[in-house]
Amino acid sequence: MELNPRFRFDSFVVGAGNRLAATAARAVAESPGTVYNPLFIYARSGLGKTHLLQAIGHEAKARQPDLRVRYVTLEEFVEEYSAAVAAGQSEGFRRSAQEVDIFLLDDVQFLAERREMQAELLRLSEALQAGARQLVVTSDRPPAEIRDLDERLVTRFSGGLLVDVAAPDEETRLAILRLKTEERGITMAAGVLEAVAQIGVSNVRELIGLVNRLIAFQAVCDAPLTPEAGRALLMGEIPAAAPPAGAAPSGEPAAARIAEAPAVPRAAAAVPVAGAAPDAAPAPKPSDDFSSFLTVVSQSLARQIDAWRGRVGEAVIRWQGQGYKTRRLEELLEQDAIPDADAVLAAFEADVAQLRGLAETVSHFDPAAAGSARFKDPDRVEEACAWVDRVREGTSPPPAPAGALTFADLIVGAANDAAVRAARAVVEEPGRRYNPLVIVGPVGVGKTHLLHAVGNGLAAARPGSVVACVSAQTFFEELVSAIHGDRIDWWRRRYRGADALLLDDVQLLAGKERTQEELFNLFNAFQDARKQLVFSSERLPAQLEGVAPRLVSRFSEGLVVEVAPPDREMRAGMVRRILAAQQVAADQGVVDYLASRPADGARAVTGMVNRVVASIDPTRETLTALMARIVLEGEVGRVSAVLAAASAVPRDIDPLLRSREKVVWEWPDIGDRLIEDLR
Amino acid sequence: MSLVNFTTREITCKIVYYGPGRSGKTTNLQYIYSQVPDDRKGRMVSLATQTDRTLFFDFLPLDLGSISGFTTKFQLYTVPGQVYYNATRKLVLQGADGVVFVADSQARQLDENIESLQNLHLNILEHGVDVRTLPMVLQWNKQDLPRDLILSPQELDDALNFRTLPAFPADALHGSGVFETLKAISAEVLRRLSQTSSGGRD
Repeated sequence: MELNPRFRFDSFVVGAGNRLAATAARAVAESPGTVYNPLFIYARSGLGKTHLLQAIGHEAKARQPDLRVRYVTLEEFVEEYSAAVAAGQSEGFRRSAQEVDIFLLDDVQFLAERREMQAELLRLSEALQAGARQLVVTSDRPPAEIRDLDERLVTRFSGGLLVDVAAPDEETRLAILRLKTEERGITMAAGVLEAVAQIGVSNVRELIGLVNRLIAFQAVCDAPLTPEAGRALLMGEIPAAAPPAGAAPSGEPAAARIAEAPAVPRAAAAVPVAGAAPDAAPAPKPSDDFSSFLTVVSQSLARQIDAWRGRVGEAVIRWQGQGYKTRRLEELLEQDAIPDADAVLAAFEADVAQLRGLAETVSHFDPAAAGSARFKDPDRVEEACAWVDRVREGTSPPPAPAGALTFADLIVGAANDAAVRAARAVVEEPGRRYNPLVIVGPVGVGKTHLLHAVGNGLAAARPGSVVACVSAQTFFEELVSAIHGDRIDWWRRRYRGADALLLDDVQLLAGKERTQEELFNLFNAFQDARKQLVFSSERLPAQLEGVAPRLVSRFSEGLVVEVAPPDREMRAGMVRRILAAQQVAADQGVVDYLASRPADGARAVTGMVNRVVASIDPTRETLTALMARIVLEGEVGRVSAVLAAASAVPRDIDPLLRSREKVVWEWPDIGDRLIEDLR
Repeated sequence: MSLVNFTTREITCKIVYYGPGRSGKTTNLQYIYSQVPDDRKGRMVSLATQTDRTLFFDFLPLDLGSISGFTTKFQLYTVPGQVYYNATRKLVLQGADGVVFVADSQARQLDENIESLQNLHLNILEHGVDVRTLPMVLQWNKQDLPRDLILSPQELDDALNFRTLPAFPADALHGSGVFETLKAISAEVLRRLSQTSSGGRD
């Protein structure tokens, strides 16, 4: 749909009620797809949503003429979609919808109860956002209030910027009236527009309707309207317009009607005119003085109240766009007194600058931490400062164990029983019983899980204690970056401050002499302080190549426990747990079958179960051993065809016999057989 | 009285017309009253003696409707000008957001003007308000009288306006200068909104 050339930013009157929306719309038009995506504008009917929406399109096109801008109302969008579906062209429709740089969608409140359209819009908004292209939508209510709107759409819309447009206040109404009369080249007598603006219409369209009535009446009347006549006209009365000073009422029809109405008593006449000034200016028209007084009051108030609100609102949008929390400024807008907005804004900006400085400082030590949310909340600068101090002193904790890997989730069986018991003993008596504890086993048997479980156990048993749980590779990389950044002391302090050190995959330290040296020193420090050390390795300490003998001997002096690949019983336990976690209904045959499959570790079992589960629709189908078998051994693509055939197979047959090869699928026609026999 | 009440979203401005007796304070209010559309004005309360001298005070409430989302009301007061009603003047002055000093331009009234202006300063001071922070404008009333009876605005400025406040020549009887004065004091008062409302002046 073409953009209406009248709907541009320069014809949009900005007032207190729509300043935020207008600012946001301009920002979007200036840099589409980057600031607020999606932008969601909501307002009651007739407050300028469509105007703003199309103004974005015009402005963006004016700035970058090669931008592809598309404006469409939801109704049209639905129609196009239905037509495309009917023609079997839904893919083409999607492609064409996604191939725009700015998508302007009007009146999305009509999405209520249109599930299919919602899914389509969700897909579209995902595609647009993924391609950093701009989506702007309008509605007459916020997304959460659109009936039956998909939760994902609600969050998606709310995830950009939600702005509302409020009804215009008196000054804005006046500005709109002036603009509209100027557009039509009409001049109204002084005070008329001011008087009209005082009529409390809540909607711009109504206001334009009022202007039209005024213009029409003035055209008939042939004489300029007086303010009170304008007001009376718009309030539904025939105005008793006072004729211009000195002019006798003419005999025109409108004036004749006017003459019938009782004359408005001239209040000014109540003041006796002093003879000393007979030729002083004729008594001013009633309420002219008053309306100009009103204008002064309105302007002064607007300057005082709206000026700071506008500034604060713009600041909120700007800082939110950069990811900062603006609670303090938002509270300012709610405040019960006119605050010193400039001082608050300046303080806010100073805090933001300080946060930026802190983030920069931290990035020298720990580049990943610089992006932390701690540096985005200007209300918590002190916390951020304290944190930076801790980072600087090396007291920021080293990597902690992953919370999801606990003893509770561990399947215990013959293969890892000894290791788990040793691990539990370590948690009970850290630093005393087995120090160090070395867990040895091949890839994928659950060493890392066990290591993190110990870490979580230690942390849970002694709240406040610092447990460093890190893979040898990360340990090495951190050391390298510390050496590079000349903060090796900081790095050492950081690890020495921990109460336990758990290092995964120590075989990866092979050949890394400097890391081994640091670990050696750390090891000694920990043992002296009776702090727990736990290591995991793929090979027994004695078989570790490229690791210094002084480390190897230290690994060996504690307890070395081995974890073997899971046996069938453990595998069955794992299968059950994975199926239960994914809420897949399955019979015992499936578990037996999957457990019987060769798998050399927990990871292999998980992968196998996932493959089987992914091939069916778990909400409708119950997983059977046959399905699992077809997935793992047969041709995946034919699962459903084979299943359809298999439904003829009697249920009481041993599942293992329900092999494709062993079932006679096609019996010769009985007629053929009879003829064969007769012959 | 608070100037801005954000809970009820109301702005109330109390403006006091001050000046020597017979300088035209009540006339100012009467003219304003005559110009206000009926739906905007409250009842003008005038407590006058039989000879039309203000005995207690005049009170003119103006409802300006909703401006920037605030119900805006102006309350215009006059004080009795005669010297012996000082207690009343002090009372009326209490909580004023702005003062219009209406001076009588007649040359023979100059001393009364000066005396009244001093009295105003004294009364403001006794309310604990710094005169320099209270919005104030001056009005040189009765400029319509014959030239040889009155002082020119320039002469009055030299005599009374030592703080170079906004000053307006006026003819309150016929209305010239009345609204200019009211507009000026309103703008001054509203300009102080941000400075006074957070301070919670009562």
